[in-house]
Amino acid sequence: MTAGPSGPPERILVVGASLAGLSAAHALRAEGFAGALTLVGDEPHAPYDRPPLSKQVLRGLFSPDTTLPRRPELRAEFRLGTPASRLDCEARTVTLADGSTLPYDRLLIATGTRARPWPNPEEASLDGVFTLRTRDDAARLSARFKAGPKRVVLVGGGFIGFEVASTCRDLDIPVSLLVRDGQPLAAALGPRLGGLVGTIAQERGVDLRLGAEIERMDSEGGRLTGVTLKDGERIEADLLVAAIGAVRNVAWLEGSGLAADEGGVLCDGYCRAIRANGDIVPDVFVAGDVARWPNPHQGEALVAVEHWGNARAQAEAAARNMLAGPATGLTRHDHLPDFWSQQFGLTIKLVGLADGADSLAVVHGSLDARRFVALYGREGRTVAAASIDSARWLPAYEAAIREGAPFPPIEGAIDQPRLRIEEP
Amino acid sequence: MSCTTLFEQVLDPDNRANPYPLFAQLRRQPVCRQEDGTYVVSTHAEIARLVSDPRISSEDLPDPQKFRWTGHPITDLFVRPIRAEIRRRHQPFIFRDPPDHDRLRGLVMRAFSPERVRRMREETADLTNELIGKFAGKAQIDLVDDFSYPLPVTVICKLLGVPPEDEPQFQGWATQLATALEPNQRADEETQAKNEQCFTEISDFLRDLIAKKRKEPQDDILTDLANGTKPGNASGDDPDEDGAETMNDFDLIATAVLLLVAGHETTVNLITNSVLTLLRRPEHWERLRDDPGIAPRLIEEMLRYEPPVQYRTRLAVADIPIAGVTIPKDAPVVLLLASGNRDPARFADPDRFDPDRPDNRHLGFGGGLHYCVGAPLARIEAEVALVSLARRLKNPRLVEDPPPYRPGASLRGPRHLCLAFDGIADA
Repeated sequence: MTAGPSGPPERILVVGASLAGLSAAHALRAEGFAGALTLVGDEPHAPYDRPPLSKQVLRGLFSPDTTLPRRPELRAEFRLGTPASRLDCEARTVTLADGSTLPYDRLLIATGTRARPWPNPEEASLDGVFTLRTRDDAARLSARFKAGPKRVVLVGGGFIGFEVASTCRDLDIPVSLLVRDGQPLAAALGPRLGGLVGTIAQERGVDLRLGAEIERMDSEGGRLTGVTLKDGERIEADLLVAAIGAVRNVAWLEGSGLAADEGGVLCDGYCRAIRANGDIVPDVFVAGDVARWPNPHQGEALVAVEHWGNARAQAEAAARNMLAGPATGLTRHDHLPDFWSQQFGLTIKLVGLADGADSLAVVHGSLDARRFVALYGREGRTVAAASIDSARWLPAYEAAIREGAPFPPIEGAIDQPRLRIEEP
Repeated sequence: MSCTTLFEQVLDPDNRANPYPLFAQLRRQPVCRQEDGTYVVSTHAEIARLVSDPRISSEDLPDPQKFRWTGHPITDLFVRPIRAEIRRRHQPFIFRDPPDHDRLRGLVMRAFSPERVRRMREETADLTNELIGKFAGKAQIDLVDDFSYPLPVTVICKLLGVPPEDEPQFQGWATQLATALEPNQRADEETQAKNEQCFTEISDFLRDLIAKKRKEPQDDILTDLANGTKPGNASGDDPDEDGAETMNDFDLIATAVLLLVAGHETTVNLITNSVLTLLRRPEHWERLRDDPGIAPRLIEEMLRYEPPVQYRTRLAVADIPIAGVTIPKDAPVVLLLASGNRDPARFADPDRFDPDRPDNRHLGFGGGLHYCVGAPLARIEAEVALVSLARRLKNPRLVEDPPPYRPGASLRGPRHLCLAFDGIADA
């Protein structure tokens, strides 16, 4: 088997049929790939969109069928409901759970993540205990919401937890949100803005429990009846959603030689899979939530970015690089991470990486008005910009972040309060 | 050749008929300082970036107000300074920044509802046919005076709720006040005096009209702005849940004047420029006549090719490093939209008029938070007007090419456009 560049591909296999997989497939066709294209998905559904699941779908406004549009020129074969179970880089084949073997000339790994299960399997299997990742999860949970639960307990201080809490309040369902480390949304927004969103949640009637941890779940006849906290307090609830993060789908890569672990599948800035020793694995590419790569916007630190925008951008970069011949240059994936969240009637947007910031400044509007742009600084440079209901200036700050502009980069702008540098 | 005097040439009326070669020279340096300290931005990417930049302000544009004594102490010392101060604080939202801009624009957007705009299609069609009907028996017309001018002013008057008998007066005011949007005419003393007189007249008129709309609400924009009602709910039976926010009279007058001027002059130019462009390329005129369905694409290309608003002037409120230069704080910034529309880095073969152009993201309606509020109305007016003209005018020809232009370099368009034709078809 040669390790050098191979000829133009005839068969491209995409393992993972969600946003990244479908985006890559579309991009491959748009770039002129005319060969055989196969997408493998572990879920029985055609590629669908996840952001509405925790919001409109859960609230009953959208059907759980959030199937993503597919262009007529896609002409792809879908192998749905059958997860991949093994990769053989030497033979250039992927084996599926049903035993069938698919050969490839180029492979894209876009297997994403699944919801992190509740650590106690007995409690996790109780009727009334949920996680939320798939459209089937959302359909089941939405039905339970419709039935009018007495109280929902949410575990986890991330965006899923907050969005589900917001949906509960929209439906007038009593809800307790338990944030174990006491710092809501801190990983994404930092303590200051995360705390602000926590306050807003409380104002909208969320029973926010900072520092609360579950000692045990209480049940009767296999049905959840409530939770007992470490401090002994009991919360009566018939539904619990564990929104405690995600696990990357890498188990099928065991023995493949790829550097894949709970942190993701390692690849370079051109989406090419690499081995633990740093060698490039020929013709294998990685994109989406499962990918971990040296991010140029974080000093080449290895990061995985679990956001919608990154999944698309990285898939498109991977697609171009899968088709790049010796004469065409490779496309560097240098997407600046961004995300949005809608909750409690607010639109929160962030561009850049706020994690690790050492300072914060509100540059438009005000926190009190809940309408603002805030910048994050790190070692004197602007690294991220967050907005609530004022996203229109974000493109200007995105440009500043890309240029490594000083912090804060823009003073004296319109609608700008007197600048005060705070802890993030 | 250095670019530092090119914009002066753009402003020169001698170059009005075809400023595009000057734009091509300007684009060699995307952001170029002029001798008077103005920075001209001429490329698509840089303009698109600056319209969404918080260092760019639409307020307090350098406006060399020259104080002239009238000789009446009360006027000079009290009336005029107070009026000037009121006017300064109540500029229309095109000259305001957030957060004031957002509040005023939001109210206008609500009154300018899609349904209300959609209903103007039929009215526009009737007006168009009426105006073309008057061409009967003539061998030659001036498209500007006989068609392009009267059409939009009547449409905007109907939308605002100006009584039909007052429309002729409105047309005169609109023409005069359009010079207030012309950076190169604002400085002119005589123009300023006329504008002030005109503004006083229209303010008095609107104040009375607003009072009437409060007493007898009707289904129009002024009624909704004056009473905080939603379109189609002028009686106020269903007060808005958000609380019936209204504009004060000063803001309301400023807004009404803006809608009048911005909704009028620009559409005149869009229609006239379109006919001129199409008659220079009769194959496109014939295509439109045979297939009216092409009109929307054709109008988008027109907005790229001959935009009615050629540039807008803004102010840098902080240093802005861009395209290798730094625009210093307090510098006036000219966003040369019409040049961005001809930028070969964004549009293939940019000087070719091509309605079939894919991905035509032109800057004809501006961009960012000041994107044209009236864009949907302008599209309807232009479409109805052009389709009718193409269908009804028999064998139209340009009598004079290039035609004489009005002095404005920003709101650029022919002063007259004489057409000869062999009669008109029935409506």
